[in-house]
Amino acid sequence: MCSLLRGEEMCLAQLFLQSGSAYDCINELGELGLVEFRDLNPGVNAFQRKHVNEIKKCEEMERILEVKKADISLPEGDVNPVAPLPKHVMAIMEQLQRLEVELGEVTRNKEKLQRNLLELTEYTHMLRTTRNFVQRTSEVSVFISGLIQRTKIEAFERMLWRVCKGYTILSYAEVEEYLEDPDTGEPTKSVVFLISYWGDQIGQKVKKICDCYHCHLYPYPSSNEERTDVVEGLRTRIQDLHTVLHRTDDYLKQVLMKASESVYTWVIQVKKMKAIYFILNLCSFDVTNKCLIAEVWCPVNDIPTLRRALEEGSRKSGATVPSFVNRIPTNDTPPTLIRTNKFTSGFQNIVDAYGVGNYREVNPAPFTIITFPFLFAVMFGDLGHGVIMALFALWMVLYENNRKLKNTRNEIWNTFFEGRYIILMMGLFSIYTGLIYNDCFSKSLNIFGSGWSVKAMFEAKVWKDADIRGNRVLTLDPNVTGVFRGPYPLGIDPIWNLASNRLTFLNSYKMKMSVILGVIHMSFGVILSTYNYLHFRKKHSLYLVFLPELLFLLCLFGYLVFMIFYKWLVFTAKDSRLAPSILIHFINMFLMQAPTLHRLGMYRVRFDFADEFLHQAIHTIEYCLGCVSNTASYLRLWALSLAHAQLSEVLWTMVMRVGLRMDTSLGVFFLVPVFGLFAVLTVSILLVMEGLSAFLHALRLHWVEFQNKFYSGTGVKFCPFSFSLLPSSFEHDGLL
Amino acid sequence: MAELGFVIAMSVMTLFWGIIGGVVPWFIPKGPNRGVIVTMLVLTAVCCYLFWLIAILAQLNPLFGPSLSTDTIWYLNYHWP
Repeated sequence: MCSLLRGEEMCLAQLFLQSGSAYDCINELGELGLVEFRDLNPGVNAFQRKHVNEIKKCEEMERILEVKKADISLPEGDVNPVAPLPKHVMAIMEQLQRLEVELGEVTRNKEKLQRNLLELTEYTHMLRTTRNFVQRTSEVSVFISGLIQRTKIEAFERMLWRVCKGYTILSYAEVEEYLEDPDTGEPTKSVVFLISYWGDQIGQKVKKICDCYHCHLYPYPSSNEERTDVVEGLRTRIQDLHTVLHRTDDYLKQVLMKASESVYTWVIQVKKMKAIYFILNLCSFDVTNKCLIAEVWCPVNDIPTLRRALEEGSRKSGATVPSFVNRIPTNDTPPTLIRTNKFTSGFQNIVDAYGVGNYREVNPAPFTIITFPFLFAVMFGDLGHGVIMALFALWMVLYENNRKLKNTRNEIWNTFFEGRYIILMMGLFSIYTGLIYNDCFSKSLNIFGSGWSVKAMFEAKVWKDADIRGNRVLTLDPNVTGVFRGPYPLGIDPIWNLASNRLTFLNSYKMKMSVILGVIHMSFGVILSTYNYLHFRKKHSLYLVFLPELLFLLCLFGYLVFMIFYKWLVFTAKDSRLAPSILIHFINMFLMQAPTLHRLGMYRVRFDFADEFLHQAIHTIEYCLGCVSNTASYLRLWALSLAHAQLSEVLWTMVMRVGLRMDTSLGVFFLVPVFGLFAVLTVSILLVMEGLSAFLHALRLHWVEFQNKFYSGTGVKFCPFSFSLLPSSFEHDGLL
Repeated sequence: MAELGFVIAMSVMTLFWGIIGGVVPWFIPKGPNRGVIVTMLVLTAVCCYLFWLIAILAQLNPLFGPSLSTDTIWYLNYHWP
């Protein structure tokens, strides 16, 4: 608990690493993720560092792997290979280059075969189609045949006519199936054409025009027997080609599969190596030039583990002289480390989003675990919506180890998934506040029987039967005996859901509730500042800052809270005419204060420490005005809960009730889409939109009104050197 | 009669949240999470008890009653005790 309340105690340590075992020691530290390295060569730029060549080699390997990643599949389990030794690096490099060359060759071969197949297919089509053309049996004419893209055929025809002017005859027909264009890979429609012409010169011109339009020309058979022979030959060749292509595909798949087993390992290994060399660049040599010195921030409790890791590293590298660690004193402020588990990390994240705490100051997170969902629930309070939210969060929590849920690319889903425990707490508290507000999908539950009795109004002869027939709305009078039989034991009385002056009562109740909760929350924040004053040995602050702050807050706003409770307890229905307005009373109290402020002003002139006093005066004025504005800020608890209740009621009245009121048998079928619409609107507007809104406002109340009473949040987070924190490039590219 | 209902509700809730906030924390086993769990229990008890208390005190001495439509009055007259 000490760690979550305050953060770990950190120290600065010096590591003395033998040059032979430096790589292994840093490897060990990277696996454990214990310490944060400081840069001992801040003036040196990246290209002048000692291990710049090794880092260049690593980046070269990463480049090759980058290209291959897109083709291969991903491994099933969680693999964690260790970083390779420098002597193994060359072997990996060679393997990678060989793989690159092989893959390149196979792909080129496959392309060639595919082009071949396309030519043969086109030839077959051409032969088949031209068989149907009218045969000109003139011996003088020469035939040219081929295929051209459908989009170009008209221009082709026009050009032929213009150039050759009737010395050529062109016939063409479209090919039914789509053929794949080898350059773009898109299916295109082609047209088979047959040109017959006389004369050599015309032949040249025709050939030039065909070239221009990128036609694929094939030899035209002179007789039918020749045609059938060629067709037979083509058919066998196409079959062979299909087989060869099939085999090539299989081979390519095999190569890729074999590669994929190792590529993932290689990616991680290269990343780890690069990280180790990066850290080695941060270290400096000592005077004898045989030993590497590194400065690290380390939690005091982890120093024994650090020693053991260095021993392990030295042993692995077979060094004779072991590396050791030495704690050194420092005046620098260490970074802040707060150890969290999967439950507390969500809440710590929302505190850190405002600002990481200073070293060893009080951490608001352990209190936020409960107060944040509670304030959310005060604004969200609906039993039915709370149940849905809690069930959704429970599903995420129970299946949190499911890989598919954990590792999706969707940013919005990841945000919800990371906050699954927060959403679970919010849902559970919303169930409780929904029970107290007596609001379940805008309807009230009547578990214990209402405290208000209509019958008593009739029995006391205040209302007569004629009254019901005449008037539209009648008000119950609590002064009449038997009408009000005591407060409802669990929450708001269900009769208020049926009343037309419901909001008059609820608004008064919720505003007072907001002020009470706000003052208590803020007092709690002021009291937490005592922890900081005591820890940092600022006892004078305890008397000069904390005590005046608390007195101011409690004497003014504590008095307001006292008045609220007093009015609730003392004034009954009999004195309803005499019950004073708390707000008017409070404002009057403030207005009477004005003259005394002048007297305070005169004392200021006597103080000599102008600077310190100015700072203190600003803080005092800020605090006092802040108290007023912050207390008013808590009224958003009332505002949002009112908005939620009203939206819920509107949805019920305008959607669900319309479906339920149809009492014909058609109403049964009508109810199904109406309920569907009701469910969709409930989830999208009331759960998602209102949920996000209440989340935001609860967060603001914590960040501003609560935390500015004691939290500075200007610290630096402890970022240990750890291989598990390196982003895997798979995740980076969204493939994982 | 009305008083009795109020007293019973008050004692039950005070006892319930008092046990959760004051008694259960003593039985949490020692471990790294003991501090967090105890904080959570105490805060939950305080927040939930306070919330319930505000709700019941606000209705203890109502200064005005609910305004109901005549249809509702007719229904409640016959169906509620």
